[in-house]
Amino acid sequence: MSTALLQLVGIYQTFGAQTVISNLSLSLEKGEIGCLLGSSGCGKTTVLRCIAGFETLSAGEILLSDTKISSVGFSVSPEQRNIGMVFQDYALFPHLTVAANIRFGLHRMHFTMRTSRVTELLEIVGLVNVADKYPHELSGGQQQRVALARALAPRPNLLLLDEPFSNLDVSLRERLSLEIRSILKDQGTTTILVTHDQNEAFAIADKIGVMHQGKIQQWDTAYNLYHSPVSRFVADFVGQGVFLTGKMLNRYQVETELGILMVNMLHQDTALNSYIYSEGSEVDVLMRPDDIVHDDISPLRAIVIHKIFRGAEILYTLRLSGGGTVLSLVASHHNHAIGEGIGIRLEANHVIAFSQVAL
Amino acid sequence: MATLVLIPVGVVVVSSFLSPTNDIWQHLIETTLLNLLINTCWLTLGVTSGSALLGVSLAWFTAVCEFPGRRIFSWALLLPLAIPAYVTAFVALGIFDFTGPVQTLLRSWFGSNVSWFPDIRSRMGIIIIMILAFYPYIYLLARNAFLTQGKRSLEVSQSLGLNLIQGFFKVTLPMARPWIISGMMLVLMETLADFGAVAVFNYDTLTTAIYKAWFSMFSFSAASQLASLLIVIVFVLIIIEQRFRARMRYSETKQSGQIVRIVLVGWRAWSVTYLSFSVLFFAFLLPIAQLIIWASHAFTRNFNQHYFELLWHSLLLSGFSAILICCVALSIIYGARRHSNSATNIAVRIATIGYALPGTVLAIGIFISFAWLDQWFGRIIMQLFRIEIGSFFQGTLLAMLFAYAIRFLAVGYNSIDSSMQRITSNIDEASMGLGIDGFKMLQYIHFPVLKSGIFTAAVLVFIDVMKEMPITLMTRPFDWDTLAIRIFEMTSEGEWEQAALPAVTLVLAGIFPIMMLMKKTEQ
Repeated sequence: MSTALLQLVGIYQTFGAQTVISNLSLSLEKGEIGCLLGSSGCGKTTVLRCIAGFETLSAGEILLSDTKISSVGFSVSPEQRNIGMVFQDYALFPHLTVAANIRFGLHRMHFTMRTSRVTELLEIVGLVNVADKYPHELSGGQQQRVALARALAPRPNLLLLDEPFSNLDVSLRERLSLEIRSILKDQGTTTILVTHDQNEAFAIADKIGVMHQGKIQQWDTAYNLYHSPVSRFVADFVGQGVFLTGKMLNRYQVETELGILMVNMLHQDTALNSYIYSEGSEVDVLMRPDDIVHDDISPLRAIVIHKIFRGAEILYTLRLSGGGTVLSLVASHHNHAIGEGIGIRLEANHVIAFSQVAL
Repeated sequence: MATLVLIPVGVVVVSSFLSPTNDIWQHLIETTLLNLLINTCWLTLGVTSGSALLGVSLAWFTAVCEFPGRRIFSWALLLPLAIPAYVTAFVALGIFDFTGPVQTLLRSWFGSNVSWFPDIRSRMGIIIIMILAFYPYIYLLARNAFLTQGKRSLEVSQSLGLNLIQGFFKVTLPMARPWIISGMMLVLMETLADFGAVAVFNYDTLTTAIYKAWFSMFSFSAASQLASLLIVIVFVLIIIEQRFRARMRYSETKQSGQIVRIVLVGWRAWSVTYLSFSVLFFAFLLPIAQLIIWASHAFTRNFNQHYFELLWHSLLLSGFSAILICCVALSIIYGARRHSNSATNIAVRIATIGYALPGTVLAIGIFISFAWLDQWFGRIIMQLFRIEIGSFFQGTLLAMLFAYAIRFLAVGYNSIDSSMQRITSNIDEASMGLGIDGFKMLQYIHFPVLKSGIFTAAVLVFIDVMKEMPITLMTRPFDWDTLAIRIFEMTSEGEWEQAALPAVTLVLAGIFPIMMLMKKTEQ
């Protein structure tokens, strides 16, 4: 028996001839916030709907607190799972006030307790002053918080958030995502959210699963996704970066235009994902913009071919003398013109390499 | 235009106050008024609640569930709209009355004593008939609400721990409430305004009382006083209806995903199929079949010069009203577009309020106004030319067209206006920016966009005027019969067969707009 609150064990979901989810497994500890990150159509929302019980499985099983809630031909009905869900369009009941929306799921609670629970939630999400308004009278951000409060009210074992911020404007997203993270952490609510926006995922989640074609490519912390991606897809999808070609000198060292670099051999603790390449093989080395540091006195020079001003920093695209391209994030007062040669220095202890793909 | 609509209403109310409380009115109050009110009350309550029950349940079954024949029933259940209520009513009488085929057959089986068979010519009978005629209004609106709601709201209630049945009563139904109530208001108004069906059943309501006060007792004042009473009721209803319409806008939700239907199996599925079929049978198939049988019996007798005269009169009236109403609606719409402010908006609302006025009330208003106009005009002519002209306007086609225009303006206005909504002011500006304005803009942009809306408006008005009974009956020139009048005259004498051919004609015409409606709902 594990301590995980939620476990998905090798689940498959097919729709006709199309496989939406294939062999997906993950587990989430109590109180953790997990995130499924992926572009639209990768099957992430379907995973949520399977957990909520709105979709049935074609293979595998789902356990909640070590109790089976879904497997092939078996499904605990959604209303008996005690899993809360916040839908992408919030799906607030238009005919009920804010307070009545929140109260809706409290029908099993004793009558006298309901009002105090509603008040408590209104305070948590900071909407006490709009309790008697109707959903259409609220702003998008307020509607979002009502939806969250409604889902939290019955104290669900697990909370599911489907693209919770996609209908909000960008400035609001960041603020609200931090706010919601602190609410969820205060309440100790185990949560899974689904999003296509990695900044959102980084801001809220403890663990993130990058999804592609119905599979989780990597289930890890934000730091590891960025610095030790297990596949080219994850490396491309998360953060920015470019690949430089290199040749393995031995199992530990790779030679590139920027010199001889140490290769990170083992990916954390998963022996499966070790990056071991034989001597002499051609590899692609992942270079992140923060690996390259601007240094005027450095002998290594590169030519600016493109620049994006980002306020505090400028993201330069640089051409190396050997023809390769790298990115560099430089403090904004180092303003160089396109075509200018600038000094750079490598600042990375270990780099990640992938075997070359045939183009 | 708004003032033109208000004239007949105002006239009725004013004249009801002006005219002294004469003997007939006293007599009415003492003897029949209470009875009339009770009858009207029972009828509206019974028909509205019955239609709601039938309409909402059928709508839910066809919109959310899956059962044998659902596809066909989902559109076929709209078909009863094609039959005017008075036609359904007289056919039902013909079939189930004492001399009708059903009771005759029962007598031949069980002997002469079939008194256990319920009397169709009763309060219950007329209520059931009118439910069968009017439930499609609620069915249509409720079905729309259920379809747009999608499954999302049910999923939310499930994730909050409610099962499907609890979810239906706590979420689906309340969310559809604005639609259902506005459908019920529609049925309520139709029931209040109905003249033909209650007349066939000899069931005395306010509308038939107005007619009787008018034609049997020749008392304008009694008629106009009854009419004012009806006006008061209708205006209260209009206010309620407008409030719900406003709420409906807020409750609109985006349709979410494809609909996954609840599949009914076994006896549940078949009982739903059975229910849908029996509604369709009694509300549409049976009346149609009986009409066709009667019409073919009486075909050689009725399909003659006189029939074509009736048809010609109906077509003439409908055609002219359709053209008139489309022109008036267009001018109102352009007027409101040019000068859009709250005053014009209110004026437009008032101008289109005629749909709620019962035909009998409107007829009296028109009659009295035109009588005054005649007097005044006659006096002027008299002074100018020393000629006695008698009644010049009263009882002319002009008066009829005017009454139709008030009654059915909303029908034309709504369908043209909805296509006008597609031409935003930005489109006008874009076109002017490209150097096309004035008449060229109307020709190249407005007309092509409005074309289908105008066509729909014309068809709807055409059919409505064709089916209209009380206005035609009370304002027509002497001996000027139409199909609807023929049906009224024949049915009031119990000559069902003679009424069948005109009725079949009306039903055939009525199928057109239903087809258009179905095409729209399919999209």
